[in-house]
Amino acid sequence: MLVIPALTWLLVFNLWPSINTVILSFTNARPIGGGHFVGLKNFETLLHDEQLRWALLNSVIYMVVCLPFLTVLPLLLAVLVEKKLPGITFFRTAFYTPVVASAVVVALIWQWILDDRGLVNGLAEKLGVISGPLPFLSDQWLLLLSAISLTIWKGLGYYMIIYLAALGNVGRELHEAAAVDGAGPFRRFVHITIPGVRGTMILISILISVSALRVFSELFILSGGKGGPGGRDNSVVMLIQQYSQGFEGNLGYASALSIVLFFVTVVPMLVLARLNRRGAEA
Amino acid sequence: MSVVTDPARPAVAEAPGTPSGRRRGSFGFNTVSPREKVVRYLLLAFVLLITIGPFLWQLSTSLKGSGEDIYTRIPRLLPSQPTFSHYKEVTDTIPVLDYARNSLVVAFLVVGGNVIGASLAGFAISRLQFRGRRIVLGLFLATLVLPGEVTIISQYVTVREFGLANTLFGVALPGMIGALNVLLMYNAFRALPLEVDQAAIVDGANAWQRFVYIGLPSVRGTISVIAIFAFIGAWDDFLWPLIVLTDPNKYTLTVGLQYLSGTFSNNPRLIAAGTMIAFIPIVIVFATLQRFFFKGVEEGAVKG
Repeated sequence: MLVIPALTWLLVFNLWPSINTVILSFTNARPIGGGHFVGLKNFETLLHDEQLRWALLNSVIYMVVCLPFLTVLPLLLAVLVEKKLPGITFFRTAFYTPVVASAVVVALIWQWILDDRGLVNGLAEKLGVISGPLPFLSDQWLLLLSAISLTIWKGLGYYMIIYLAALGNVGRELHEAAAVDGAGPFRRFVHITIPGVRGTMILISILISVSALRVFSELFILSGGKGGPGGRDNSVVMLIQQYSQGFEGNLGYASALSIVLFFVTVVPMLVLARLNRRGAEA
Repeated sequence: MSVVTDPARPAVAEAPGTPSGRRRGSFGFNTVSPREKVVRYLLLAFVLLITIGPFLWQLSTSLKGSGEDIYTRIPRLLPSQPTFSHYKEVTDTIPVLDYARNSLVVAFLVVGGNVIGASLAGFAISRLQFRGRRIVLGLFLATLVLPGEVTIISQYVTVREFGLANTLFGVALPGMIGALNVLLMYNAFRALPLEVDQAAIVDGANAWQRFVYIGLPSVRGTISVIAIFAFIGAWDDFLWPLIVLTDPNKYTLTVGLQYLSGTFSNNPRLIAAGTMIAFIPIVIVFATLQRFFFKGVEEGAVKG
């Protein structure tokens, strides 16, 4: 059967690991092997884990800040590149470049731009906006904000393409009719374009929320792998990664953290899906 | 995208006798007023600066000579003593080229696995009748809901039990058939008219022949999109290889780069050169294939 290889992969690398995550979370398995059943101990530890509390707070802030920017800006961008002007393919491709580049490359580039002696601080000092360099990479909140900005910057092109595909399905006739009735570009955008891409907007909100909660590379690289001052700039995925390695590692605890991550990402998905249904009924 | 330029369609508001001939929006939708054009290009240039600027700045840093002050208060984009020496220094001190080769090996395994595995499965689910077809489809759909990071630890345990921890094959293995790609292929095959299949069956073609001679040639667009995404995904991935690989000789580029940033944290020129080595190949791949990519995206949009 042609479907067998794919099905095997699905079972071995998706379904079985999902079940095994739950099993592992009751053990103290080590990265090098071994480990035994420890009952609910991992989950008790979770409740008192201060780093996890910070990670969850960071995740929520991440999501709340990313959502409005990444639902609106890419739509504006898509409207901008929708019209077939000479050279528009070049612009579309160029706007997509940050998406294609690895998060590691992107974060390393921004690390230098945001460095105490980097581009942003250099320009700001030159303009006299600030007297000393802003600690974008060493202050707890500035570091988080930097990572968020980076995620937004890297996501623009990706969501732009999704909107661009959706815009193609918004009726041109509606736009033309509204134009005849004297509606300017702004009113047409609000009353025709936005309702036309509403479904896509909800889908994109879900994608943004889930990816904001899963953030890893940006925070990892910007903080030099340390998770910021006192490990207060960790994300849940960063904690999972930290427990996956070395002699101090604990795969059981990492699995318990994975289960937390699962519940955290499911919540916004359910909320937004519900929102979508209610909107469709109204 | 269904933006059809239709020269035969009259620009509505420009019809003779319309009193409001010169109002905004009166140019119809296929023409752009000169003023709008200027505004649009200005905005496009502004966004271009934001999206491409950081890459150019990094490229510039990587080419600046060691004697050149890169910490000036007035940042300069053009290097005054351009040099390639940092590229040489990076490749001499850190096996960046080996890392690149490792990344390539992983990327090719992942691309190959997905192109073959996903099209086989997509074809089977959409064109063949077999028991449990709906359940199989449902399983693939269900996996999409779960973020990969949730299962990454037990995926590692699985790969370790196969004895593939710390190998490049272990890095590639779980990604070699993606559920999303199977669904994309399923969608693409479903768009073909069933009559063609029926005709082929009458002519005595078996499932394999129908797959090779009828199915594959008509879904080349989707296959190229999958191949591009699989390549970029594998080349850019960081978390998974970071977990699987412990031996520095086996690092992929992203993992190696992170190592690089620790080693040369005091010399941005070297880090810049390293990032460019990882960045330039992927940009070349994307720029060459972007035609297929955007066409594939547009095809998807039309089919809805």
